[in-house]
Amino acid sequence: MTATRLSSGGSAIDRSRPVSFSFDGRKLQGFEGDTIASALLASDVAVVGRSFKYHRPRGIWGAGVEEPNALVDISGSVATTPNTRATTEFVLEGMIAKSVNASPNAAADRNAFIDRFSRFIPAAFYYKTFMWPDWHLFEPRIRAVAGLGEVDTGWQSSGPADQINRHCDVLVVGAGPAGLAAAKLAAGAGQSVILVDGQREPGGSLNHRTGEIDGKPDAAWVAETIAELSAAGHIVLPSTTAFGIYDHNLVGLNQRHVDGRPDTLWRVRPRRIVLATGAIERPLPFANNDLPGIMSADAALIYLRRFAVLVGRRIIVATNNDSAYEVAGALAEAGADVTLVDSRKDGAPAAPEGVSRMAGRLVAAARGKVRVEGAVLDDGTVLEADCVAVSGGWTPTIHLFCQARGKLVWSEAQAAFLPGDPVEGMAVVGAAAGAVSLSGVFEGAAKAMPGATTSPAPRSTGVEATGGILAAWPIPGARGRVWIDYQNDVTAKDVELAARENFISVEHLKRYTTLGMATDQGKTSNLAGLALMGAATGRTVPEVGTTTYRPPFTPVPLASFAGARGGELMSPVRRLPLENVHRAQGAVFQEYGGWLRPAHYGGADADRAIQDEARRARQSVALFDGSTLGKIEVMGPKAAEFVDFIYYNTMSTLKPGRCRYGFMLSENGVVFDDGILVRLDEHRFVVSCSSSHVAAVHARLEEWRQDRFGRDAVYIHNATSEMATLTVSGPNAKNLLVALNLGLSLDDTDLPHMAIGEGMFETEPVRVARVSFTGDRSYEVSIRADRAERLWARMHEAGKAFDAVTIGLEALMILRAEKGYIVIGKDTDGTTLPHDLGVDGPRAKRKSEYVGRRSLFTEVAMPDSRQQLVGLAVARGEEPLATGAHGISREGGKLRSQGFVTSSYHSPTLARPVALGLIERGAARHGETIDIQHLGMVRRATITGPCAFDPSGERLNA
Amino acid sequence: MQLFHCPFCGARDETEFHFGGEAGNLRPDGADAPADRWANYLYMRDNPKGAVREVWVHMNCGEFFVMERDSVSHQVLSSTSLDGAGHAQ
Ligand SMILES: [Zn+2]
Repeated sequence: MTATRLSSGGSAIDRSRPVSFSFDGRKLQGFEGDTIASALLASDVAVVGRSFKYHRPRGIWGAGVEEPNALVDISGSVATTPNTRATTEFVLEGMIAKSVNASPNAAADRNAFIDRFSRFIPAAFYYKTFMWPDWHLFEPRIRAVAGLGEVDTGWQSSGPADQINRHCDVLVVGAGPAGLAAAKLAAGAGQSVILVDGQREPGGSLNHRTGEIDGKPDAAWVAETIAELSAAGHIVLPSTTAFGIYDHNLVGLNQRHVDGRPDTLWRVRPRRIVLATGAIERPLPFANNDLPGIMSADAALIYLRRFAVLVGRRIIVATNNDSAYEVAGALAEAGADVTLVDSRKDGAPAAPEGVSRMAGRLVAAARGKVRVEGAVLDDGTVLEADCVAVSGGWTPTIHLFCQARGKLVWSEAQAAFLPGDPVEGMAVVGAAAGAVSLSGVFEGAAKAMPGATTSPAPRSTGVEATGGILAAWPIPGARGRVWIDYQNDVTAKDVELAARENFISVEHLKRYTTLGMATDQGKTSNLAGLALMGAATGRTVPEVGTTTYRPPFTPVPLASFAGARGGELMSPVRRLPLENVHRAQGAVFQEYGGWLRPAHYGGADADRAIQDEARRARQSVALFDGSTLGKIEVMGPKAAEFVDFIYYNTMSTLKPGRCRYGFMLSENGVVFDDGILVRLDEHRFVVSCSSSHVAAVHARLEEWRQDRFGRDAVYIHNATSEMATLTVSGPNAKNLLVALNLGLSLDDTDLPHMAIGEGMFETEPVRVARVSFTGDRSYEVSIRADRAERLWARMHEAGKAFDAVTIGLEALMILRAEKGYIVIGKDTDGTTLPHDLGVDGPRAKRKSEYVGRRSLFTEVAMPDSRQQLVGLAVARGEEPLATGAHGISREGGKLRSQGFVTSSYHSPTLARPVALGLIERGAARHGETIDIQHLGMVRRATITGPCAFDPSGERLNA
Repeated sequence: MQLFHCPFCGARDETEFHFGGEAGNLRPDGADAPADRWANYLYMRDNPKGAVREVWVHMNCGEFFVMERDSVSHQVLSSTSLDGAGHAQ
């Protein structure tokens, strides 16, 4: 091939703006508006890549999204992107393009020798050969040789992709003649329109095929129609691909930007979708039909008229249909020596001027080593050529129609699948619906917009295209290697092998040969594969059927789907109102159950800081931010009945102003949450659930309220984030609180353990709850979140007199473990029932109904052999047990797990490790020893009660 | 992406909703409810093909409701609020 840039013409390029870029290290020049493909052709670069499996040299086939061969990795002045199509990517100054699957480059590939062994590596060769002993032994080396572009794992996006949601009356996909006509008609009828097209310039086939509309040259009509739509406020999106249709007609669009910004994802919900997606030209099946220089005839015309690139000097135009005649004529007019080889003997149009035609002849094989040098016809005639432009017919682009569960019908006359019965809310128009002439296109568009009678449909006033075709499918047993799927290197012989081995279902054919499974999803290849499978098995094409069409139509960057959901926004954490104050105090933060909370306040030596905080908390007084604790209010005439049902424990007997600890169960009896319930008055409670369970508990309360109790009976309000809760705990807690002057009596008769009081901090009401998660006397002071900073500061001022310590969550975990207080989900698992935790009273005594009740009396709930909560003691001076280590027994020489360690810490106050665990029959085994195994090491522990510190609970009132 | 109809908020994207179970799964109250009835309530689901009645919740507003839809075509047929006495029948 000797492709050249002509000295004039090219509607897409701006010759006043040259662009330098590189391809496989070679400096090249193009013009603004060139695609990488057109610029490569203009420089006569024939080999642009190596094939996936055989490393065959490959050239540019098409001029659009269907391109199977010309994949490049791009970088340099543009966002690094692997496997992008050279035919849709525009050259930019400083762009670095690199061929894929070739080393060192496409022209000289060291793995090219593989092709000589091709007959030993048919479809499924790898699976059959490398099964023994294990595919994984061979996989890394095979993967290194096969495959396409390379991902740059170090590359960072310049920012998050925008995502836009829109509604409209009509979404038109494709801005060729059909789409433009449909959009014009819909807009004329007063409907809001979004018109999208994958190309940078709207117009579709009108941009390179000759036509006249309403008496104007087609280019003028396109410009006028687009201007009208934009002026009327409709949305016109070029460079935008509708890649998928999802449930209830949601359409996904990916919009590209010329300025290098990340793509934009659009989610559009139109009332009606018009698909004007055109059709894609197919190759012809002849031997060596993959040689560089063999390309789509329509693409040859696009390169000529849009980019002023003449793709060869001596060109064979091989066709089975009328559409290539305009191509042959145009190439001849541009100065090429053109021979038209038409497989039809009769019924073809007249040969264009200056073109010699051979009717009733087929190309049997292409000749050439690394690029095409000629062709042999079926009668033995040898033609020399530097380019073969082929047209095997047109495949309507019905992907979106099929994604929306549209069914196809086979048209023998057009040798194509066409859309069948309409899908609700969707119309298919233009070449996608099988229309050929502009008149036919406009007729179809008018029919698709039934309400739009206010403005007349456009009329074709020029020469009309004709659609005669004689199907040309691959023939079983043909000589030579006939490529079906260029990108995945599938030949006719592979399809025949699949047929012989009984992989005759279309889905099996696809998976066995990988036909249509490459990044182009078989846009140029699927139909030929189906037809050959049909011929090899005595079936028609519709009997073979098509595979399932799935999104995306073209590759969509994952960044588009991710949008802003990256980094911290991937899974946003909840934050404390006092976060900045804690930071100023030197807090080290960690995420706990979705909340970002201070782990400790001690800098680099975490263990030491945590031990220090836990020790000092028992000595005098500790300050702790417990704002994350749930505060869900339950109100209404049936509030008491409601909390009785929700909790395992009877709650309706609670007096106003008092608190009670209780469990919430799931319906399967498993403990779901624990916490304090506060009764404010007769009809008002506050559920103080675990920090990480607030959303789930709230949803559960709402479900029972709406399903069982009724909206008028109970009302639920989640006030968790409205209030901050600051906890004062330790022997000096009361003294510190007195110093705060909260205006309520702290006398133990007025405010005993498990009671609440109302007070004032400065001008702000506070609620003081005397509950404890440390085992020491504690006060939880709740205040409006935006006033918490003052109170926290005052607590620290007042705390100076008592050597108060600010503690993080890690120290609190030690304090509560010393007391044997559990954390649900840590000291329990998905099988733990309330009586496993030693709380059997309600199960034994309650007569009223509650969530999970029946599950506490099943066969599995009854045995004493269940795993029960225990303490696990090891000798002073030993390391703490490993959390998760198993308690084991040996039965008949076999190890068996009896349960496991759930929490384990070193207690600075007791100067020894403390641990909790769930151990079989544990409640009855206090005093026994048990072997604890971890990573092959066995240690010995003594089973005890869960509480290791102050078992009589005197410190709660000390 | 389906459009569901919250009785309180109207048509919203399916990502805003959570599935709440099949409607009409009546809860047998009492510690002495027959074991098989309790097991059915907890674990056995019909999972029919075609018309289904299901409880869904719109997470944004907290509305629990019964939705009738087609599990094959994904057509949504109706949405009705729970009234609190109906036990999602
Ligand atoms: Zn809602």
